[in-house]
Amino acid sequence: MGDIAKYLSDAGTRAALLDMLLDHVYLSLVPLVVSVVLAIVLGLLCHRFRQFNATLIGLSNIVYTIPSLALFAIIPALIGTRVLDPLNVIIALTVYTTALLVRPVAEALAAVPAHVTAAATAMGFRPLRRFLTVELPLSVPVLAAGVRVGSVSNISLVSVGALIGTGGLGTLFTDGFRQRYLAPIIIGIVLTLVLALVVDLLLVLLRNRLTPWARVVKP
Amino acid sequence: MKRTLAVIVAATALVVSACGSKEDLSGAGQQAASGEVVVGSADFTENKILAEIYAAALKTTGATVSLRHGVGARELIVQALQDKSLGVVPEYTGNLLNYFDKTNTTTEAEEVYTALKSKAPAGLEVLEKSDAEDKDVLVVTKATADGGVKSIADLGSGKYVLGAAGEWAQRWQTKINELYGVTFTEIKTTDAGGPITVDALKNGTVQVINLYTTSADIKANGFVELEDPKTMYPAQNIVPLLRSDAVDAKGKEALNKVSAALTTENLADLVKRVDVDKETAANVAADFLKTVSL
Amino acid sequence: MIFADALAWLLDPVNWSGGKSIPTRVGIHLLYCLGAVLGASLIAVPLGLYVGHTGRGGVVLVGGSNALRALPTLGLVTFLYLIAGGGTVGVLIGLIVLAVPPILAGAYAGVQDVDRGVVDAARGMGMTGAQRLWRVEVPNALPLLVGGLRNATLQVVATASVAAYVGIETLGRPLLDGLRVLDYGQFVGGAILIALLAVVLDGVLAGVGRLVVPAGLRLTARSRSRRTPPRRREMPVPVESGGSTA
Repeated sequence: MGDIAKYLSDAGTRAALLDMLLDHVYLSLVPLVVSVVLAIVLGLLCHRFRQFNATLIGLSNIVYTIPSLALFAIIPALIGTRVLDPLNVIIALTVYTTALLVRPVAEALAAVPAHVTAAATAMGFRPLRRFLTVELPLSVPVLAAGVRVGSVSNISLVSVGALIGTGGLGTLFTDGFRQRYLAPIIIGIVLTLVLALVVDLLLVLLRNRLTPWARVVKP
Repeated sequence: MKRTLAVIVAATALVVSACGSKEDLSGAGQQAASGEVVVGSADFTENKILAEIYAAALKTTGATVSLRHGVGARELIVQALQDKSLGVVPEYTGNLLNYFDKTNTTTEAEEVYTALKSKAPAGLEVLEKSDAEDKDVLVVTKATADGGVKSIADLGSGKYVLGAAGEWAQRWQTKINELYGVTFTEIKTTDAGGPITVDALKNGTVQVINLYTTSADIKANGFVELEDPKTMYPAQNIVPLLRSDAVDAKGKEALNKVSAALTTENLADLVKRVDVDKETAANVAADFLKTVSL
Repeated sequence: MIFADALAWLLDPVNWSGGKSIPTRVGIHLLYCLGAVLGASLIAVPLGLYVGHTGRGGVVLVGGSNALRALPTLGLVTFLYLIAGGGTVGVLIGLIVLAVPPILAGAYAGVQDVDRGVVDAARGMGMTGAQRLWRVEVPNALPLLVGGLRNATLQVVATASVAAYVGIETLGRPLLDGLRVLDYGQFVGGAILIALLAVVLDGVLAGVGRLVVPAGLRLTARSRSRRTPPRRREMPVPVESGGSTA
């Protein structure tokens, strides 16, 4: 405990911690936002065109077998980004998160009862409006569950980027390890947990706003 | 349906590109905006301290400076300098020369430095070298040394296991055999002079490890440095490696003053203050810089 | 080009013999993964079954399991290395922590998702709590339970590469070494081996799943499959059904 107090007593260290935390938020949440959009598009494709389904599900399964470290580092060689570009981590995490979300989205869209969509169509909704105002909102609970898991796993995965020099709070682990210094490692773990918790709470609030009917139905 | 898809694809593109432009504004740190100098460091304490010193020195010239620590080994760093992710890094003359010129055989400090100046790839340059040196060194436990191992030559053939960073075998395995006839029963990959390496020697998994002469671990554990009479390891003076257009004349002058003020002793002390006393690299660097007249 | 280098690295006989050979590392990698999944199962399966069966503690379980997911493996492994003075224990615990949430989710959701009518019927037949659990709920939970195990295995196999950072000779070694010197052949070769290992283990577990899941259930499972949570990696559904936020 004394160590942690001593570690935190330095103003420069505290400023550096804030920087790392912000980097961490950025590196983990941008992929989350991008992949929600991608997953909705791809999920819709899966839902409408059954032939995509098997391919996409298969692809997303394969994606998960690739170690995150490998994906982070191979991206510059594949698409020509610079070796230290945070984009490498962002793209890698986007790939993972999209893979995670596609299937639940496709399943949620498929689970929208046929009579509901039929009713919307009968009321004169065009396909786009029907999708955006009926099918998509009804899929929110499932999507939200996936997004929550995605956010937690992204926040924890970003740390691995420290091994290639883009790690947000993960840098605390490599630094602390080399110095045999537990204080930064403990603080890194705690900040990661707190960040995951806060983001999760925000996501729950967002979901509840987007699904007002859920509150009414619950006993 | 087609129209629906088109709208969604367009929306996606918008979001993605919006994120892309946000990227440029982010503080993620290595965008080489005009006038900003990015100082990078490899993944070990001494290099990190040196990078902090360079950064602080450059700031005194009015430059905008950002730091990028823990980039990794030389291969990655040089590539990052070339693609403009980094501007300046602290380097070591001997290993840097061997990297630029795979056929190099020079080991003496001045010769190494002269050769290095001519071998740096286009666009990159080294400034004046410092007297401070941080050489690779093979070390053994006191018990092993007492058993008659004082020099690299005493390691013999197939008697010991060596622990060193992943790139050691590639760089030195042939050379150590040529010069001293030394082979190891195994070369275990540990890390670059970090806890894994030191612990492996302490718990006997390996009997010889590759460390660096400024490492605080040598004294702390009573390890013995092996002599290198045939100078397998070249001189390793500390030298700033930079992309020529990244630093202006004032900045280069400041870095040269830093190099002049650094000695092996004061550098080793800085490393100890961070690794053993747990001070921050930034504070230690700031203290050191007070002793330099910039 | 990169993949040609990787292939060359994979086929280089030098990499197939000695202490650093590919088979040795596959073996070590496998050992840690099996140890972790086994260790995690010993904790998570009983816990998940218990909570699913009694319906008590669901909120705590889901919350705790989500917190575990947020624990950064690299942080945990470096922390435990420094505490324990070595990598073995740290890596094992780090991987167990990684494997617990998906297995827990599978066991818990498996039992919870069993049709209430089926459980009530069992009760009506006079089955005791234990009988209901072992004869009705567990067999019905098996598809999701095996799904959880497969998720856990995939994650553990991919993440065991981090162990190389603290000196454990898993397949992460060629990844880290290749990365240090930008030797993409070695790097991608290592990644391919890890991915292959994950695919093979997943296939084995899928086979085991098919053997242990009762025949009658397979039909039901297929017809229900559209409602089951995604099999891979994480299972969002238990988060919901646990009602941590409802």
